[in-house]
Amino acid sequence: MTDHKAPHTTPVKPWTFDDHTNSYIRRAAATGIYDIRGGGAKRRVPHFDDLLFLGASMSRYPLEGYREKCDTSVKLGTRYAKNPIELDIPITIAGMSFGALSGQAKEALGRGASAAGTSTTTGDGGMTQEERGHSTKLIYQYLPSRYGMNPDDLRKADAIEIVVGQGAKPGGGGMLLGQKISDRVAEMRNLPKGIDQRSACRHPDWTGPDDLEIKILELREITGWKVPIYIKIGGARPYFDTTLAIKAGADVVVLDGMQGGTAATQDVFIEHVGQPTLACIRPAVQALEDLGMHRKVQLVLSGGIRTGADVAKALALGADAVSIGTGALIALGDNDPRWEKEYNKLGTTAGAYDDWHEGQDPAGITTQDPQLSARLDPILAGRRLENYLKVMTLEAQTIARACGKNHILNLEPEDLCALTIEAAAMAQVPLSGTNWIPGKPEE
Amino acid sequence: METIDLTKSSLRDLNELLQRQSEIANQKQWEIINPKGAHAVAVGLNASLELSVKGSTGYYCAGMNQKANIKVYGSAGPGVCENMMSGCVTIEGDASQYAGATGQGGLLVIKGNAASRCGISMKGIDIVVHGNIGHMSAFMGQSGNLVVLGDTGDALGDSIYEARLFVRGNVKSLGADCVEKEMRSEHLNILQDLLNRSNANADAKEFKRYGSARKLYNFDIDNAGNY
Repeated sequence: MTDHKAPHTTPVKPWTFDDHTNSYIRRAAATGIYDIRGGGAKRRVPHFDDLLFLGASMSRYPLEGYREKCDTSVKLGTRYAKNPIELDIPITIAGMSFGALSGQAKEALGRGASAAGTSTTTGDGGMTQEERGHSTKLIYQYLPSRYGMNPDDLRKADAIEIVVGQGAKPGGGGMLLGQKISDRVAEMRNLPKGIDQRSACRHPDWTGPDDLEIKILELREITGWKVPIYIKIGGARPYFDTTLAIKAGADVVVLDGMQGGTAATQDVFIEHVGQPTLACIRPAVQALEDLGMHRKVQLVLSGGIRTGADVAKALALGADAVSIGTGALIALGDNDPRWEKEYNKLGTTAGAYDDWHEGQDPAGITTQDPQLSARLDPILAGRRLENYLKVMTLEAQTIARACGKNHILNLEPEDLCALTIEAAAMAQVPLSGTNWIPGKPEE
Repeated sequence: METIDLTKSSLRDLNELLQRQSEIANQKQWEIINPKGAHAVAVGLNASLELSVKGSTGYYCAGMNQKANIKVYGSAGPGVCENMMSGCVTIEGDASQYAGATGQGGLLVIKGNAASRCGISMKGIDIVVHGNIGHMSAFMGQSGNLVVLGDTGDALGDSIYEARLFVRGNVKSLGADCVEKEMRSEHLNILQDLLNRSNANADAKEFKRYGSARKLYNFDIDNAGNY
C-alpha cells in the first residue's frame, strides 16, 4: 500500500464572514462602540458607470468639438427669488462646515469654485469671513443646529439652503467630536471648547412640509425675497420628498444620494440607510414633471459625482446641476499618496483614510490642528479645484457635443443606455442592445 | 406713532418698511393693527424701534429680531422670536411651541403660558415665562437663562449644555443630564434682574436652579442608555 497524504482543497474563507466582517466583529468586541467615520457609502451600488451615452449617428447630428458652442451656464432659483444664482458651469460645491474642515480648506474651496464660475456652500457652524471673502457665490446652509446662524450673515448669502437631510445619513444628525473643537469653532457655535457638539437630526422650530412653507416665508421676509431658497434632502423617498419640497416653496431641490459624504457618522448609517444616487434622480424628476415644475424648480444632484461623464449623465437624466463634496476634497489633496507614510501610522492607506472626525488629517483638510492645517496652501489647492472643475466641464461638453447638444442641459434620457438591468430599471433607460426598460411596458 | 393696518397693507410691505428703519430714523413708535394671526410679522428688524402689535400673531413673530422692542397684545404662534439676537419682545398672552428657539440674545417675556419646547436650543437668549411651560423645554439649551414662574412639563432641560434654568413651581420631570444645582448669590442676582426687567412680581429666592450635570458632554459608551 502506497503511503500518501490525502490532498486538501485550498482553504476557503466564508463569503458571509470575510476578513473585513471579522475585523468589524473584533473591533466591536474590543471597544463596545460602533465605528464612526467620514465620507459616503463605500459599497458597490449601481452608479453612473453603469450607463453609456449613445452618441450621434445617422439620426443625430453631432457638434464640432472645437468649433461649435456648447453652453454650460445654468441659472438656479428662478421660481421666486429676485436674484437667481447664475453659474458658468453646472457643477457646484456642496456644503461642508468650518469645523469639519480647516479654514484653509474652506478658503481653497471658495477660491477654486469662484475661479471656475460656480458656487460654494457653508455647512454647520456658520459662515466664516474667509469663505465669504473668497466665494463670489456663497450658499448659506440653514441647519437644525443653527450653530452660528444670524440674520447679518443670512443677508450676505447668495442663496439659503435649508438642510432637511443628507445622503450619507437621511434621518440622522451629526456629531463634531471634542478633539476638533478649537477655540474658534467653540466660539462660533457658542459651546465650551473640547466637548462633543451634536447637530440635531431635525429642525427645532418646524415639523413637516406645512410648517416648512411658513419657515420659508419667514426667511424670504427677512432677506427681502431676493435670494433663492434651496431645500436639501437625502435620498430616502425622492418622489414624495421632492413633491413636498416643491409644495413647501423651494426654488431649488438638492437631492443627495447615499454615496454623498459626511464629516462623521456611524458606518452602519452610511452603508445601510438611503438609496443610491442613480436610484434617486428619476423619481425626483418625475415629481417635478408631475407638478409641471421641471426646469422651473431646479434640481441639483449630489452623491458620488466624480467625472464629467457623471455630470453629463446626471443632467441627461433631468438634473439642472450637480454638487460635489468628496471629489472636491480629493482635488484639494485629500487622501493623496504623498502622505502615505502618515496614513500608515494612522492604520490606513491613501485612498481609504476616512477618520475625518479625529482631526489628524495628514493633508490638513479635515482638521483644526494648526500645524496640519498649515500644510494646505489655499491658493494652490484652490487652483487644483479650479482645474478639476474645468476638466469635468470640458468632459461633459465633449459628451454633449457628441450627442448633438448646443447646451449641456439639452442632454436627455434618450441619449443613454444601461449596461445592467439594475441600472436600466433605476435610470429608466433601455438596457444596452435592447429597447427594454425594466418596469416599463414596451411601447 | 405710525400705524399699519394689516388688512390694508401686505406683509411684505410691512416688513420691508420696518426693516428699512435705521438707528437714525425719526420714526421710532410703530403700531400694527389687525394682525389676525399672520405669520412672520415684524421679522428681521434691526433698529431700536418701539413696536406694538394689537392682536395675536401666527408663526415666527419677531423672528431674528435685533434691537427692536416689540409688544404683542395677544398670543403668539409657534417659533416666536426664533433666533432672536437682541432687543426685547413681550407677549401679553400665551406663546405656542418653540418660543425663543435658538435665540442668541435679547429678552423674551411671555406673560401667559408657553407650550412645548420653549427655549429649545437656546444660545444666549433670556426667556421669562410668567405662567407654565410645556414638555422638552430648553432641550439642548446652550446658554442664556430660562425663567419659569409656574410649572414645567416633562423632560425639562433634556441634553442641556450651559443654559441656566430657574423654576418657581413644580418640575414634572428633568430630561437627560439635567439636574438641580446650587443657587448661589450670582444666580440670585441674575434671576432677580430678569424678574425685575420682565415686571414679574416674584422673589428670586422662591426659585430653584437647574442645569447640566455635564456627564454627556463627551460620548461615553457607558452612558448609552441616557442618549
